[in-house]
Amino acid sequence: MRNPLAEKVVAIKPSGIRKFFDIAQEMKGVISLGVGEPDFDTPWHIRDEGIYSLEKGRTFYTSNAGLKELREEIANYVYRKQGIRYENPLKEILVTVGGSEAIDIGFRAMINPGDEVLIPQPSFVSYEPCAVMAGAKPVIINLKAENEFRLTAQELEEAITDRTKILVLPFPNNPTGAIMERKDLEAIAEVLIKHDIYVMSDEIYAELSYKEKHVSIAQLPGMQERTILINGFSKAFAMTGWRLGYACGPAQIIEQMIKIHQFAIMCAPTTSQYAAIEALKNGDDDVTEMCTAYNQRRRYLLHAFREMGLECFEPYGAFYIFPSIKEFGLTSDEFAMRFLREESVAVVPGTAFGDCGEGYLRISYASSLENLRTAMSRMNRFVTKLREEQR
Amino acid sequence: MREALLAIIERNSRIDIKELAILLGAEEAAVANELAAMETEGIICGYHTLIDWEKTSNEKVTALIEVRVTPQRGQGFDSIAERIYQYPEVQSVYLISGGYDLMVILEGKTLREVSAFVSDKLSTLDSVLSAATHFILKKYKDHGTVIARKKEDEREMITP
Repeated sequence: MRNPLAEKVVAIKPSGIRKFFDIAQEMKGVISLGVGEPDFDTPWHIRDEGIYSLEKGRTFYTSNAGLKELREEIANYVYRKQGIRYENPLKEILVTVGGSEAIDIGFRAMINPGDEVLIPQPSFVSYEPCAVMAGAKPVIINLKAENEFRLTAQELEEAITDRTKILVLPFPNNPTGAIMERKDLEAIAEVLIKHDIYVMSDEIYAELSYKEKHVSIAQLPGMQERTILINGFSKAFAMTGWRLGYACGPAQIIEQMIKIHQFAIMCAPTTSQYAAIEALKNGDDDVTEMCTAYNQRRRYLLHAFREMGLECFEPYGAFYIFPSIKEFGLTSDEFAMRFLREESVAVVPGTAFGDCGEGYLRISYASSLENLRTAMSRMNRFVTKLREEQR
Repeated sequence: MREALLAIIERNSRIDIKELAILLGAEEAAVANELAAMETEGIICGYHTLIDWEKTSNEKVTALIEVRVTPQRGQGFDSIAERIYQYPEVQSVYLISGGYDLMVILEGKTLREVSAFVSDKLSTLDSVLSAATHFILKKYKDHGTVIARKKEDEREMITP
């Protein structure tokens, strides 16, 4: 028989997180700090609205781009939170199946063969394969610990060529917890405008910012018209399983994204869309409450790592902390594997998020304080053991 | 800091001062001072333990009693409430709006003991007009904590 597979797909590496999960699933009593989703249930009033929509028999498709009311609420929300105004939400906003779909179809709507997409790493694992499948040439920018894993104008400038079309801007960042503040973004924006480059700004963790209010690059002068702003309900409202995200951007691009979305997906889940309207209208207090809890855990972990003597910059966003394990002379992979086998705690090696993640671990604090306490005492024991082995 | 501090210890009063300071991003001394101040000011009234007595061999009966009373001139409901809350078996007394005036929560060893309290002590008070007793059969949630079932982490492994 002929080879049934597409070379482009076969060439894509499977995600590096997978094998840890397979092992972790076999073991008993594992504390998983590897998860990338909130440990909170979706707030009840939001779930209730989903249930109510089912009771009312709202089980039909919605329009391709999403419920009109939801798109209007998204426009209100983006304006309320970031001061970015989308005057025409029906043309500038598309409701997607999670932020991930928006990433995929955003690339597909904008890439011509050979166009270069700049991807700062360490970052979310989907950008590179999605860009590749859309026919782009991904160009990796390796972010540095000494810059707290922020993207600098110089790093950006050095990576730009004549073929550069899109910069992916993944902040607050998964896996590092890094953020970009206004001054950082201003420097980036200047370069982008100079070279006429578009931005795919993945702001799925925007609500989880612990230093100051999140700033979107689309807020800066001249940037809204060259930015696809991606966000969703998964992280902010603890709605991962509802699979709902959205993209906001210039009507010209959104129009083409809607085309792909309508032929591939039809529309995002209807129940989720009704629930999401409730989340945007009445969910602010829940977001604040969850954010407070994450922030406390963040401080707890940072303190725990510093007490263990592990180098770790203070993360101000998302729900990840990214300590360095370079002193042990193990690769991230080896460290994570031994830690899992010897102490039954699952963490993700930094290399899963790009080669420059070598020497780091991603630790998620979307887990109860109780779990974190146990995990940190195991980590302390493990680290002490490794240091003794080294002597 | 007060509200954040209270929010934490309302759920777990056993967290030590060192950890509270870490969670709140504050100095230990500041946390200790704040706790002491709130105790003095009567904002923190006690540190209790939430117990599911059902799981122990200790027999306990809890009842909610709706009480209608005649308020007294110049004192309103306060003096009758005080008469009632003096009894050690009375756990809580609330003045409430609606069809009756006081909600009394009572704990006793047996049904008979609770009934005896209502008929002998509570109902015989001069200003008590009526008392309706409701026995608690099962506690599902108390002080914001679900008692009936322990929640498991049901999140599955997923990449990315």
